[in-house]
Amino acid sequence: MGVDPNAAFARHWKKTHGQKVTIRQSHGGSGKQARAVIDGLEADVVTLALAYDIDALAEHGQLVPRDWQSKLPDRSSPYTSTIVFLVRKGNPKAIRDWGDLMKTGVLVVTPNPKTSGGARWNYLAAWAWALRKPGGSEASAEQFVRKLYANVPVLDSGARGSSTTFAQNGIGDVLLAWENEARLLVEQVGRDRLEIVIPSLSILAEPPVAVVTRNVERHGTGEVARAYLEYLYSEEAQRLVAKHFYRPRLESVARGLGRRFPPVQLVTVDEVFGGWQRAQRAHFADGGTFDRIYRPGGE
Amino acid sequence: MSQAVSIEEAPLADAERMPAAVGPGRARARRRLLPGFRMTLGITLLYLGFMVLLPLSALALKASTMSGNVFWGTAASARALASYRLSFGASFAAAAVNAVFGLIVAWVLVRYRFPGKRLFDALIDLPFALPTAVAGIALTFLYSPRGWIGAILAKAGIEIAFTPVGVMVALTFIGLPFVVRTVQPVLEDLDREVEEAAACLGATGLQTFRRVIFPTVLPAVATGFALAFARALGEYGSVVFISGNMPMRTEIAPLLIVTRLEQYDYAGATAIAVVLLVSSFALLLLINGLQAWGARAERAEARS
Repeated sequence: MGVDPNAAFARHWKKTHGQKVTIRQSHGGSGKQARAVIDGLEADVVTLALAYDIDALAEHGQLVPRDWQSKLPDRSSPYTSTIVFLVRKGNPKAIRDWGDLMKTGVLVVTPNPKTSGGARWNYLAAWAWALRKPGGSEASAEQFVRKLYANVPVLDSGARGSSTTFAQNGIGDVLLAWENEARLLVEQVGRDRLEIVIPSLSILAEPPVAVVTRNVERHGTGEVARAYLEYLYSEEAQRLVAKHFYRPRLESVARGLGRRFPPVQLVTVDEVFGGWQRAQRAHFADGGTFDRIYRPGGE
Repeated sequence: MSQAVSIEEAPLADAERMPAAVGPGRARARRRLLPGFRMTLGITLLYLGFMVLLPLSALALKASTMSGNVFWGTAASARALASYRLSFGASFAAAAVNAVFGLIVAWVLVRYRFPGKRLFDALIDLPFALPTAVAGIALTFLYSPRGWIGAILAKAGIEIAFTPVGVMVALTFIGLPFVVRTVQPVLEDLDREVEEAAACLGATGLQTFRRVIFPTVLPAVATGFALAFARALGEYGSVVFISGNMPMRTEIAPLLIVTRLEQYDYAGATAIAVVLLVSSFALLLLINGLQAWGARAERAEARS
């Protein structure tokens, strides 16, 4: 009750416009959803895990304008998250920071960044830490992620799979997860079994939203679609997203929740990697750094 | 197409062999027993064309947009080759396991009466009904090194989950109903008198099985095997949970397709799909061919 932003928006729209809106949703992995929209799913708005997937909507089918990210505040991402560590209660392997993940004997669970858009943030966070470390370079960062992924026993295809592997099946010492997912998992599984470790530096995960221009033009739903996304920036909605453990953008809401979201040094994909297109090409495309880690005889 | 024709011909062949059972005269029996050959063949072609050939042509069309080099670069990369090995190997092994145990299960269900038989019978179809992801999660839960079965096996140094064996376990699970359900009706139709005759003629139980029962059910077992194999090859949902998806080791071919799609590399995804499709089609043809050959050989033996 009262934690669903869609219901809240419907109420808001009824009050301001006197119209009833029905919000129909389709959920799935970020890339899968983007492909569904490219292939003709008549979505008016998309809320995805990474800007790369909305770029794909612009590139394959001109469904959104190329400058979609500048259409809404904060690079079109109304709320953020970051990558944190989830460890077993008492932190038996003493995992405090990224460096501890490459120790021998530490098993790290994280999804496959090739199949999970959300998991690309995990990889980039690790890379960013190694790069920003004193004396860090591209080469040392590659070395670090190579060692880190050598400690990964299972590459699940998505974040939900990894959570299951770690929490239900008891595999691994540390799960790399979005902060909101990690918080949710702790609530579900229990504080007596899992705890969260915040690393010294992490990445600002910015899940983006966009109006699918081509579809709303056909449906005549442009106004309400835009209002829906703008509503996500409102104080009411920001409080709701915080309840779902996303970090709100709105300063006034964030300030009141200081304890809920511990401060962490955050870097952005744009700063460190020059945006998603370049990050994707360098790291996750065919023959990119991630493939090199697993190239036969590449170790 | 060949199937539509053979359906038409089957009653004729029977009619020829047993003219008396069919009707008064041979001339009448030669006429088609049921009208509508043209219409049913037409419907068959239309249906197959629309449901099977059309999507497959779309696939081929997409693949044809790639140059040969790019196609082979994707379809024959070291990682793709490793994934074919795993996919074909595990599917084959799973289908083989199902062929053996499916036959036994079908035998028990047809030949014996025992309490709870109906329940048992209904259980067989569950792998069809269960969402495959649920199956994958449940199997991983059991077989992971911390799971109920996995923990015991781990002590013996055996790993199931996150190894190719785990992939095989999942594929065996989803393929079980195929063999059971194809063999069951054949066993039900099997005339017990034939077995009794064999026994009367002095055949041992094993001989009866080997020379009488097995040849009769073999085509059904082969069909079930082929179905289970084909189904396993395309399976994604259950396998990705238990396989661990490690590149070069436990990555199945359908996962590589998804990987390609995540990069919006539709053509690359189709390249791998085309390889899977062409090779499974060739294998299915081969299995069908072997079956036909076996049936012919048997008929020849029966005549001589």
